[in-house]
Amino acid sequence: MSSVIEEKLKKGYSDKIDELYTFRGDLNVIIKPSGLIEICRFLKIDTELKFNFLSCITAADYLGKRDKRFEVVYVLYSIPKRNRVIIKIRVDDGEDIPSLTALWDTANFQEREVYDMFGIKFTGHPDMTRILMDDDWIGHPQRKDFPLTYELPQFSHSRDEIDTRHKAPWRGDE
Amino acid sequence: MAEFKTMVLNMGPQHPATHGVLRVLLELDGETVIRAKPMIGYLHTGIEKNMEAKTYTQALTMTDRMDYLAPLSNNLVYVGAIEKLMEVEVPPRAEYVRVIMIELTRIASHLVWLGTHAIDIGAMSMLLYCFREREKIIQMYEFVSGVRMMASYFRVGGLAKDIPAGFDERVKDILDTFPSKINEYEGLLTENRIWRKRTIGVGVVSAEDAINSGLSGPNIRGSGVAWDLRKSNPYSYYDKFEFDIPTGRNGDVYDRYKVRLSEMRQSLRIVTQAVEGIPEGPFITTDRKIAPPPKPEVLKGMEELIHHFKIFVHGFNPPEGDVYFSIESPKGEIGCYIVSDGSKKPFRVHFRPPSFVNISALNKLVEGRMVADVIACIGSLDIVLGEIDR
Repeated sequence: MSSVIEEKLKKGYSDKIDELYTFRGDLNVIIKPSGLIEICRFLKIDTELKFNFLSCITAADYLGKRDKRFEVVYVLYSIPKRNRVIIKIRVDDGEDIPSLTALWDTANFQEREVYDMFGIKFTGHPDMTRILMDDDWIGHPQRKDFPLTYELPQFSHSRDEIDTRHKAPWRGDE
Repeated sequence: MAEFKTMVLNMGPQHPATHGVLRVLLELDGETVIRAKPMIGYLHTGIEKNMEAKTYTQALTMTDRMDYLAPLSNNLVYVGAIEKLMEVEVPPRAEYVRVIMIELTRIASHLVWLGTHAIDIGAMSMLLYCFREREKIIQMYEFVSGVRMMASYFRVGGLAKDIPAGFDERVKDILDTFPSKINEYEGLLTENRIWRKRTIGVGVVSAEDAINSGLSGPNIRGSGVAWDLRKSNPYSYYDKFEFDIPTGRNGDVYDRYKVRLSEMRQSLRIVTQAVEGIPEGPFITTDRKIAPPPKPEVLKGMEELIHHFKIFVHGFNPPEGDVYFSIESPKGEIGCYIVSDGSKKPFRVHFRPPSFVNISALNKLVEGRMVADVIACIGSLDIVLGEIDR
């Protein structure tokens, strides 16, 4: 089955695809951000593939390991065909990604989580706000340069602590 | 001055019927819900971030705390993802015990759901009956792992320890008593007029909407989509057992209730088959780079001692790469995405929590319905806030 997907994708979207490989039985497709919506729509409506279910959206931060810092991962599943394909996009800090909310409603919450945890913005998302952290939280916790053991002081009478809040290197864009 | 049309009502985060610290922002026109927006994050503890600082085995204990009503499902998806990455072969004995324990977990989780859902709608006594039966399964956890709730019973490559003597009898005891108990619940609710009035036609989701919103588990099957990962992409030994996938027709609260009750019966059917066939043999993989050797051997052999030391002091290093592995938890598809950089700690772990995705569809269920139906809808989605917020 994965060879059929591979062929179809290579035929139609070879200019949008960077890499195609199978790892532990799952087909992985690394694509350019500009081709995301097009390729996902094709996978969703193609009568032979029918990837109608968006399982999971997540990301990983490869700070210092890769040129492009983030990898956003989409897991698509086909309920009628019972197979899975993993789509990946590599972006740098500050680059935006098109949102998949127009294709699947389930993208809404999951993209918000990726934004909250990594600071990757999705263009065209109806409600691009934080979901798990407080609205006034500074930084994005799943980034590799966000410290694990230190928590920003929310309330403090110590001048030192208040100062660190303003000087923290992981403050991000807010 | 008659501009005022709608009212915004905050339901939760401290509300007995939201099953934890869920807050729902309700926009109301009189008693009719115009829009419902779930606000989550009150229980966020950064489990995924914390796991990056622990070795693979240490991080296992944190997975229990996500969906604390079905801790073993979380264990299985996590160890399953690592096993997929490392291509570990799990011995048959371990797989059989895993199936038994996972199915008992499914029953326990559904029992808590049934009890709390019923008490939300007003059937008070259900909670007591359901928790009475659940206690037996909790005692099974304690029997095999020593812990009542956060069992962490599975390990990469098998089980934490072998099943104790008398395991079969205790499972058979559960198998003997449970079918009649499930009939008892059905007798109390299925034909109950109040129950039917509160649930039939409430919170309807069509099959297309369910797929589009990413619903999974009993929620999608209630809408008539016969999709169960145990059948469609079998893991463990699920392809060896016979069972049916119960589905609903209308996708309302009542159908989801019927699906879950039938699922408990199917789980008992799987356990009945599995408990007959537990084979002899090792309970964890014999690959000494992944699992420690048995203690008596450690006390005798030099090589075994080194392996033992290495496992407990260092752990193991999976190869570089990333995998996505998913199983059918009581709440739906729970997935685990693991990235390994070749070190002893996971580089990135992400869980696809079924409750998180299911609650995002809440608005579709309650739009245009009464405030009292919101409670029924939240209950029928079967959410656990520990898993939503992680």
